[in-house]
Amino acid sequence: MKKERNCQELLTYLSDYIDDNIEDEALCDEIEEHVEACETCRIVVDTLKKTLYLYQTSAKQTVLPDQVRHRLYQRLDLEPYLPTDEES
Amino acid sequence: MSERENTQEPFSIQALREGDRTEFARVVEAYSEKMYRLILKMLRNPQDAEDILQETFLKAYRGFEDFRGNAKISTWLYRIATNEALMFLRQKEEPKVSIDKQALADDGQAYNPMKIVDWCCLPEQELLSSEAMDYLDRAVDQLSESMRITFLLRDLEGLSTQETAEVLSISEAAVKTRLSRARMHLRERLSGYYGRKLDASPIDTPHHGGNTLEGSRS
Repeated sequence: MKKERNCQELLTYLSDYIDDNIEDEALCDEIEEHVEACETCRIVVDTLKKTLYLYQTSAKQTVLPDQVRHRLYQRLDLEPYLPTDEES
Repeated sequence: MSERENTQEPFSIQALREGDRTEFARVVEAYSEKMYRLILKMLRNPQDAEDILQETFLKAYRGFEDFRGNAKISTWLYRIATNEALMFLRQKEEPKVSIDKQALADDGQAYNPMKIVDWCCLPEQELLSSEAMDYLDRAVDQLSESMRITFLLRDLEGLSTQETAEVLSISEAAVKTRLSRARMHLRERLSGYYGRKLDASPIDTPHHGGNTLEGSRS
């Protein structure tokens, strides 16, 4: 029972934990020890980290298409400043 | 605040205030892709995203005159882009709940993960397939507006908690709460999706589908 209640309590800190953003060292140690011992929480931490990794990887695939950049510079009267292929 | 005080800023605020085209072009080049990505993820329609991208920089150009340099230019641009995109979304469809009610829901009860499946072992090509990428986008769409924008700014654009709070004019504590709930919700959605992929794959995992926190609510 105690272990299960700890899972619930520690879950609220997981987002800060994976950001390495918990200032309370004792709490950080407690989470680390818990995650090492608790398979369920380990999976939640690992899949949470993987979730963010996948979103960040997918975001890098979104680039500004050349045509969209061109029309943006046109609209802003910045055409002379359009980067050439060599520059971009 | 004078330009000299804002030493982190790579652009001349004074030149931008005076309407310097070269300096403005440098800002556009530095941030157009970032703004486009954020707006596209919010609107999910390339044509709409292009329109709002143009509006964002037009507004910025006109607004530099009054820009005091209290925030970083990037933070200020994110704020304009976010407001323009949100305004566009609100004009397009009637909001079903008020912002206050929504914020209440976002900051409400703790989130309980239900899907405990270790899908991290799936091959990269499966995790990053075009079908999976589409699913990732749709999962973000299902977040409430405030959770979605917080997640996009913090985790996709890499803004700090403080910068995100400045862009959205909310407290850092509210950013953390919304981000935590958004992340946990997305983890849950992805666990359902990749869990099904795991079912269909020959990879053997001892943790597959077994555990749950469901019984541990106090």
